[in-house]
Amino acid sequence: MSEPNEHAHHIVGPKIYVLILIGLLVGTALTVWASFVDMGPWNPVIALAIATSKASLVVLFFMGVKYSSKLTKLTVFAGIFTFLILVSMTLTDYFSRAWGNW
Amino acid sequence: MPNNIVHSTDTSHAEHPAYLRHHFNSVEQQADTTHFAMWLFLLTEVMFFGGLFTAYLIYRNWYYPAFVSGSHQLNVVWGTTNTVVLIFSSFTMAMGVWCSETRRRKGLVLCLSLTLFLGLVFLGIKTIEYREKIEMHHVPGFHYSLQSFLDPESNPEVYREYHDKPLALDMAQHTELYFSLYFVMTGMHALHMIIGIGILAFMIFRARAGAYTEGHVTFVENFGLYWHFVDIVWIYLFALLYLISRH
Repeated sequence: MSEPNEHAHHIVGPKIYVLILIGLLVGTALTVWASFVDMGPWNPVIALAIATSKASLVVLFFMGVKYSSKLTKLTVFAGIFTFLILVSMTLTDYFSRAWGNW
Repeated sequence: MPNNIVHSTDTSHAEHPAYLRHHFNSVEQQADTTHFAMWLFLLTEVMFFGGLFTAYLIYRNWYYPAFVSGSHQLNVVWGTTNTVVLIFSSFTMAMGVWCSETRRRKGLVLCLSLTLFLGLVFLGIKTIEYREKIEMHHVPGFHYSLQSFLDPESNPEVYREYHDKPLALDMAQHTELYFSLYFVMTGMHALHMIIGIGILAFMIFRARAGAYTEGHVTFVENFGLYWHFVDIVWIYLFALLYLISRH
C-alpha cells in the first residue's frame, strides 16, 4: 500500500511561509504608512489595494490555493467572482439612485 | 423474491487506513471532498462578512463626516499591533500544517500552541480597545454619548491628532451607526477567533497524543483554512475601520 498522504498533495515548505510572512509584514507597514499620507480619494483605494494583495498572498500560499486542484481553484474563483457581482451591483444601485437626496 | 443484496467484497479494514471512510474510494478522494466542502463553507462566510462590509461602505458614503469622526476614535497603534499579531498567528498555523504533513509531532504541538497564544493576545488587545469604547460611552445604546463629536476638543488626545470640527447634531447621531457596524464586525470576527481558539485547544490535546502526524492531516489543513480566512477578514477590517478615514 502506498503512503496514505503522499498523493498529488503538494507540501509547501517553511521557506515560502517565511517569505510570505515577510511580505505580509511589509504590506502592513506600507498600508499604515500610506494612511498617514493625504492622497484625497485615493487613500481608501490604496488601502483596499494593499489589503487585497495581502489577502491574495494568504489565499495563494498560506491556504495553498496556488498548489491545489483545479476544482479548488475554480471554487475559490467562482466564490470571489459571485461576491464581487453582489457587492458591485448593490453599490451601483445605492450610489446611482436619488443622487444627492440623502 | 429473495432478498439477495450483494455486499461489497471489500470490507476488510486491513487494506486501507482506519481513517478512510467506506463511502470514499480512496484517501485522495476523501481529502479532496472535505477540502472542497471546507471551501464551500468559507464561501458562505465570505458572503456573511461581505454583507457587513457592503453595509459599511454604503453607510460610510451616506454619512461620511460621521464615519470619519467615528473612525478617528480608534487607536491605530492597537489596530496595527493586532494586525501583526494575527499575521504571525497565520504563519505559525501554516507552519503547523507543514509539521503535520511532515509528521513532526513536537513541532505541530508547538505551532498550534503558538497560534493559540497569539489568538489570545489578539483578543486581549481587542478587550483593551472595547473597554476604552465603554469608558468613552461609544457603545451604541442608552448610554451612547455624542460629546466627542459635538465638542471634539473635549477629547484632547484625539483632537490633537485630527483637529476634527464639531459635527451638527443630526450628523453626530450617525456616529452611533459607525460604532454599531464597528462592534458587529469586530465582534463577529472575535467570535470566529474564540471558536478557532476552542478548536485549537482540542487539536493541541489530540496532537500531543500523536494525532495528525500519522498521515491523516485533513483536520489540521481545513482548520488552517478557517484560521487564515479569519486573518483575511481582519486585514480588510483593519483597512476599512482604522485606516481609510484618517484624513
